[in-house]
Amino acid sequence: MLIAVLAGLIVATLYIPFGKYLKGRLAILASALPIGLFAYFASFIPLIGSGKEASFHYPWVPSLGINFDFHLDGLSLLFALLITGIGSLVFLYASAYLSGHKYLDRFYAYLSLFMAAMLGVVLADNVLLLFIFWELTSISSFFLIGFNNDNADSRKSSLIALGVTGGGGFLLMAGLILMGHLSGSYSIQDMMGSHEFLKSHTLYGLILLLVFAGAFTKSAQFPFHFWLPGAMKAPTPISAYLHSATMVKAGVYLLARLQPVLGGTDFWTYPLIAIGGITMLYSAFHSIFRTDLKGILAYSTISALGILVFLIGIGSPQSLLAASVFILVHALYKAALFLITGVIDHETGTRDVTQLAGLRKVLPPLAVGGLLAALSSAGLPFTFGFIGKDLVYEATLHTEGILHIVLTALAVLTNVLLLYAGLLAGVKPFTGKLPARYDHVHLPHWLMWGPPLLLSLLGILFGCFPTLADNALLKPAAQAMYHADINAPLKIWHGFNLVLLLSAGTLALGTFLYFIRKPSASGLKRIERFENLSPKHLFSTLARLVRVFSRRYTSILHNGFLRAYLFRIILFAVCLLAFRLFTGGPVQFVLDNVTPISGYEIVVAGILIVAIYLAVTTPSRLTAVVATSVVGYCICLQFVFYSAPDLAMTQFTIDTLTVVLFVLVLFRLPPFLNFANRSVRIRDGILAGAFGLVIALISIQVLNQPFDDTVSRFYGDNAYLLAKGKNVVNVILVDFRGMDTMFEIVVLSIAAIGVVSLLKLRLKTSEKE
Amino acid sequence: MKSTILKTASNYLLPILLLFSIFILLRGHYHPGGGFVGGLIAAIAFVLHSFTNGTDATLKLLRIHPSSLIPVGLGLAALSMAAPMLLGKPAMTGLWFDEPFPVVGMIGSALFFDLGVYFVVIGVVLTILFTISQYSE
Repeated sequence: MLIAVLAGLIVATLYIPFGKYLKGRLAILASALPIGLFAYFASFIPLIGSGKEASFHYPWVPSLGINFDFHLDGLSLLFALLITGIGSLVFLYASAYLSGHKYLDRFYAYLSLFMAAMLGVVLADNVLLLFIFWELTSISSFFLIGFNNDNADSRKSSLIALGVTGGGGFLLMAGLILMGHLSGSYSIQDMMGSHEFLKSHTLYGLILLLVFAGAFTKSAQFPFHFWLPGAMKAPTPISAYLHSATMVKAGVYLLARLQPVLGGTDFWTYPLIAIGGITMLYSAFHSIFRTDLKGILAYSTISALGILVFLIGIGSPQSLLAASVFILVHALYKAALFLITGVIDHETGTRDVTQLAGLRKVLPPLAVGGLLAALSSAGLPFTFGFIGKDLVYEATLHTEGILHIVLTALAVLTNVLLLYAGLLAGVKPFTGKLPARYDHVHLPHWLMWGPPLLLSLLGILFGCFPTLADNALLKPAAQAMYHADINAPLKIWHGFNLVLLLSAGTLALGTFLYFIRKPSASGLKRIERFENLSPKHLFSTLARLVRVFSRRYTSILHNGFLRAYLFRIILFAVCLLAFRLFTGGPVQFVLDNVTPISGYEIVVAGILIVAIYLAVTTPSRLTAVVATSVVGYCICLQFVFYSAPDLAMTQFTIDTLTVVLFVLVLFRLPPFLNFANRSVRIRDGILAGAFGLVIALISIQVLNQPFDDTVSRFYGDNAYLLAKGKNVVNVILVDFRGMDTMFEIVVLSIAAIGVVSLLKLRLKTSEKE
Repeated sequence: MKSTILKTASNYLLPILLLFSIFILLRGHYHPGGGFVGGLIAAIAFVLHSFTNGTDATLKLLRIHPSSLIPVGLGLAALSMAAPMLLGKPAMTGLWFDEPFPVVGMIGSALFFDLGVYFVVIGVVLTILFTISQYSE
């Protein structure tokens, strides 16, 4: 299981050395990974179908409670199969869609990375592990949205997406840690045991807020929905895969997964119903005004996500079953529509729905696929969408009190609009008269029309034989959300009842709307007038303000003068240390334990003071350098007096090298300017004096503390026994704390590379002059 | 710098200082010293030489550019860190020969680690200083 989850990560790294061999005909080989994983997860269907669950445990950082714990139940399996199944088709599709693209290897690497991350999210049992994979999906989505990185729009959209989902992820992390901390375990399975405790805790509201923030940003719920239409800048297979079928459902998955832990209270139910309801209606309404095919699909996807959140919010067995059915329904038809849009874009060069017509004559298999997908989205009988929609209505009708009328009306209205959007995307481009300019359009490689057709056909297959998916997959998934048995088999025919009437009404209204309303650019304009009030606008304004603020802040604090930096750093250190010193209790001034001051120390101190005076007052740079190095050597001598020979030796050589460095550049420096006037010197002198005083006071304080010598005694006792060295300092450096030294020399090397590249850069610009 | 005395002296000082730096490196395990100080002293030896003979002359004397000492040192340190893992012990376990070697004394993985530090320090210091001095010429 661990290998299956991490396979994508491993393969993604393999693309770095071997990717260049994969660009031509061999690109299709990349699909071996998702197909293999699909087969692996499909092998669990019998196990899950028989009502069992599977757990896998691999220790990672057990001391922090972070482990590779995976738990496979119906919900996880449903998602895992969607991820790998649609992933396989997208991998195949992309090999033709992006055939010959310069960065095809990079594309597959990101895609594999994403797949691994997404599998991790839906399989992880440990919430911290879930969070790590969750963030990985955000990052891989960032790379994929910005895949056309020479396009400024693309880059902006990817940053917005990362900003929104990353911000939500940050809040989610806090929520998950809080949950884990309160319940005493980071395992979701364990948390289910303490759900009573969590729900009655005073911090329950805060946990919900944080978890909702994570889920809503990821699943593009109002008011965070705006990143998703922007994410459509990604190549179409990506939109189909990440931003419709899988990644955006991670938020829905999280809510579904935590339903047994946090769900069932009013604080859970009503916000989810409200936000889901607003999202589904708002975006369904928006979708019908779009003229870009991908725009239509993006908004109808957001609407579908709203429906899912809404259903999870209701939380009844019917609604959870409806949610699990709808996840599959939506993934099938929406991915198909996206892939079809991709072909249309690829072959005709436009996605403008007002331009496209009559393509059935030149792209017949896609016309069939589009029609079937649109019918499934419309919910015609004998499509899978019909079953899904029936269940949604049944769920809303079974809610309590007056609410059921409101919710049902909301669902019907949303479905009417979605039906219209589905017909617009799946049927409109193929009907009517073929414009002459599209005569040359020809059917692309079968890898591009095969996958969407397959997805649409699956929608019909499940629609005619719902039991195929029901017992094995959907019922276990709903049960995992409900955490109890659900006994409601999927049926094609429920008899003549209110649900059927609503379904028929939806169909009639939607089709009617399709025939009377033609998409037009003027409708889009009308709705764009409200853009200034949209959350997206507010978000960009906020981002701009942050940029302005940081520029001002930077120009104040980072003005490029070394003396200003030093002044602030020392000032801050003095304040901080003095604050701690004086609030930490009375300052004792006991000098009993201090070794008596010897004669040569006084001599060295005298030299030190003279050197400092010279360094501060001299008008010559050379004198200043020499005086400063005398200060350095005097300090070295102090180390010698206090038996720290290793330190003294190193300090001596470093000081020497510093002087050498100065001498090297001395002649290149501009004439010595005295920046400091009298008042500046007095100010700096006061600061320096204060710093010295604080350090001295701390040193005296330290002498009065009882001295804990466990650590130094350990090193002293064991240096020779364990490391065969008599010089404890050196033994610590190369043996006990050798890892630190290793990193230090790595840092040194990086510093050298930095210095050299900076200087070489300057050399080049001066060469230009 | 055009000082005959310094120039003549630096020619003799270079081997002596280098020898001294190795001495410091080797004695580090028992007395004050070690790879870091040793490396600094060796670097000073070369810098002194470059002062009097010019950076190009020192680079010629070195034959290889000092920057290539950095990966050598890092590799040596990393290898001595990883070597115990080949014997099934945790990384950084000290491995020692049982008998002391003549002149050098005890030899163990820590010594090679220190040697790695020594090379990295020489490489880093000389790379930085020589680049700056070439830039300022």
